[in-house]
Amino acid sequence: MERNTMSYKTKQFLMFAGPALILFSMVIIIPFVYGLYLTFTSWDGVSVSKPFVGFANYISAFKDYYYWAAIGRTLIYSAFAVILINVVAFLLAYLVTSGVKGQNFFRAGFFIPNLIGGIVLGYVWKFVFNRAFVALGEAIAAGTVPSLLSTPSGALFCLVLVSVWQYAGYMMLIYVAGFMGVSDSLKEAAMIDGCTPSQAMWNVTIPLMRTSFVTCIFLSITRCFVVYDVNLSLTKGEPFNSSVLAAMHVYNKAFVYKDYGTGQAEALILFVICAVIGITQVYVGKKGEVQA
Amino acid sequence: MNASEQAARKKKIQHVIMIIVLILVFLLFIAPFILVLINVFKTKGDINSDPLALIGAHGFTLRNFPDAMAKMDFWNVFRNSAVITFCATVLTILFSAMASFVIVRNGRWKACAILFAAMIASMVIPFQVLMVPLVSVYGGIFHILNSRITLILMHTGFSVSMATFMFHGAINTNIPLELEEAALIDGCSRWQTFWKIVFPLLKPTVATVAIIDAMAFWNDYLLPSLVLGEKQLYTIPIATQMFYGTYSTDIGLVMAALLLAMLPILILYLFLQKYIVAGVTAGAVKG
Repeated sequence: MERNTMSYKTKQFLMFAGPALILFSMVIIIPFVYGLYLTFTSWDGVSVSKPFVGFANYISAFKDYYYWAAIGRTLIYSAFAVILINVVAFLLAYLVTSGVKGQNFFRAGFFIPNLIGGIVLGYVWKFVFNRAFVALGEAIAAGTVPSLLSTPSGALFCLVLVSVWQYAGYMMLIYVAGFMGVSDSLKEAAMIDGCTPSQAMWNVTIPLMRTSFVTCIFLSITRCFVVYDVNLSLTKGEPFNSSVLAAMHVYNKAFVYKDYGTGQAEALILFVICAVIGITQVYVGKKGEVQA
Repeated sequence: MNASEQAARKKKIQHVIMIIVLILVFLLFIAPFILVLINVFKTKGDINSDPLALIGAHGFTLRNFPDAMAKMDFWNVFRNSAVITFCATVLTILFSAMASFVIVRNGRWKACAILFAAMIASMVIPFQVLMVPLVSVYGGIFHILNSRITLILMHTGFSVSMATFMFHGAINTNIPLELEEAALIDGCSRWQTFWKIVFPLLKPTVATVAIIDAMAFWNDYLLPSLVLGEKQLYTIPIATQMFYGTYSTDIGLVMAALLLAMLPILILYLFLQKYIVAGVTAGAVKG
């Protein structure tokens, strides 16, 4: 048969994978390579010429105080958000797998924030922080109360809070799958051997759910690190640019200040930091995996 | 009271406490939505004077809706979002199912191995790394931005890797090779085998991919905002953002716009929540 000829293989490959290959290359491969090239040019976004500048963009990225301040802020924000998202998600998952009435209803309910995009969520919460919380605070304190969003640390706190609220329901679903993957017989065996329920949880269930933890922490790190839309709608970087996270800084550098070369270099550095943290986490997490 | 009765009682109390905790947390989760819902029926003045009151001093009003709908051009942006989401989801499913078929069944071909490896590797690249070159190539060189078709194709391009990965797993584990061999003996070409035998068996994965990608496309803000610059092409997230920028002082209108932006997907969720929860779980656990 003609199944081993090069032309048969090429035809088959292009017939099935052609459309995916073309689109994938157009929006990911080509821009990625072209982006690497852009970091070595100083392009203003308008002119035809893209003068070659060597490593100047990387040097100015390393010297960009606001960039590193934004990265530092993103690290703080991500640390708090990732820990809280996973703690809340795990507790919710525990509650909705414990066999209480209506647990499917609660699972579906906690997932609701994920249905709605970050832009809309950010504005909803902006209303809550600026109006509802202020009204509540004034009713309790009987005086004027400033909005949480009006102070730098308050704004960062609000971003963490909204992210936890937004992602906890999603991560909960992964932990629920993890809980259901641990068979009851193992827990029962541990209890017969004299474990209390909380000991069984710490020594049997949680170690067996390691994959869920690795997945959830990885997903929440990679999402928090490049969060943009909630940042834009909730705080817009204010007050006084004190809540500009890394992704927003990169966006502004390129599209607002038209410094495409440096913006692209900063985006690449952000990607490398994010990838190193994410991969290290997965590597460390998988190393200690146990099997039942 | 004997010991077992006491244990049963303790368990019952625990159960009740858990339900109470769950209800409280649930109320906290939906509180922001409830706040929007109670304020959307108030006048601007009433919201400003007391955002926590259930009903405003000037009573119940529906006036915010028609105003907000006209100002954000609601039906038009809704249609844009729907068309873009639908087309991009369908293309993603078709193209990635096809690609995964040839990749799974011919894993030893170099082209397949390279494409699949490139797709897996690409999943860690954040959008921020691609947005500047994307705009400079397709806006600066080819001038094809400001088009729904461009956005649909870009959405598809960004999501094929993940979808191919999921179909890859499904074909690998769920489609027996014997089935395809039988089809071959019956005279089916590979193309016919795929569409008549394999694709219909991939329905569960199709549903998962459709749910995950449709939600992502519907809610995406950054890519559409870079591609669509003209007002008549806006999607719901962009229209919401623009609307807020212009009318943020008229809080009654803002409430109506936010509710309108959330309503379509919430209504859909009411009917499809079982499938959405299952699909998202399947996607997240496999991814």
